[in-house]
Amino acid sequence: MKFAVVVFPGSNCDNDSFYVLKKILNVSVDFVWHKETNLSKYDVIVIPGGFSYGDHLRAGAIARFSPIMNEVVNSSKKGKPIIGICNGFQVLTETGLLTGSLMVNKTVKFISKNIRLKTCNNNSIFTRNINNSEPLEMPIAHKQGNFCADNKTIDFLEQNDLIAFKYYKENNFNGSMNDIAGIMNKTKNVLGMMPHPERASDSILGNISGIKIFESILGSN
Amino acid sequence: MKANIYITYKEGILDPQGTTVNKALNSIGVKNINSLKIGKYIELELGNISHDEAKKICEEACTKLLANHNTEKFNYEILENE
Repeated sequence: MKFAVVVFPGSNCDNDSFYVLKKILNVSVDFVWHKETNLSKYDVIVIPGGFSYGDHLRAGAIARFSPIMNEVVNSSKKGKPIIGICNGFQVLTETGLLTGSLMVNKTVKFISKNIRLKTCNNNSIFTRNINNSEPLEMPIAHKQGNFCADNKTIDFLEQNDLIAFKYYKENNFNGSMNDIAGIMNKTKNVLGMMPHPERASDSILGNISGIKIFESILGSN
Repeated sequence: MKANIYITYKEGILDPQGTTVNKALNSIGVKNINSLKIGKYIELELGNISHDEAKKICEEACTKLLANHNTEKFNYEILENE
């Protein structure tokens, strides 16, 4: 299985994702510059965190028009797993691969801290290795992570098990509706999440909750 | 030809920035503001084109990029050169 980590100008968690895949999980992974137009040799696509295009206008709004994004959309139609983390989640909502929007946090501040997450659906390629009674712990680091959608969309996500992760109520610092931290598309091959699993995947950092998401994708334990 | 574009939140979308600024105004004695919302203001310089062409550019810019249609609405005004 071969992974692509897409790199935009302003991505800054690309190396973290690459490191986890290459050094911790020992899988094949390449950086792919956003000007590229072909992802056919990759099985899984990672849209990493950071500040693509400086978050100008809105987070993810400009990255959406990078040449690689057409190919990301095509890959999603083919059913390839695509995971967007933090800014990657923002890019995927702007692109329309995921519903809703990530608004400014209710505190209007950048929030960086470890939080606890609940897995709502452990029956997906991204979560199948997670025991959903076990809280996951990983960092959030964002100013625009306040998940917002109309009531119809929220109901649709809830009723179709498309919410992968929720913050524990007391950990919902950004104000996300229904405590939503990560959602999937209808066909459950695209996941976007604000917390950073790639920053919680190496035991030297004291926390390896995040590795379960990558292991789920790989189908390994 | 010039155009001024205004991007604002749709009704019902929380604007924590606007709420915070309104509270700050209240605390410095600027009172009786029922609601304050913060949006974006964008100026376009359009050169020597027709009003209809200017309108088309504004529509396309807002629809394709400037506004997020989940949460934002837009309007614009087109100003003829004097």
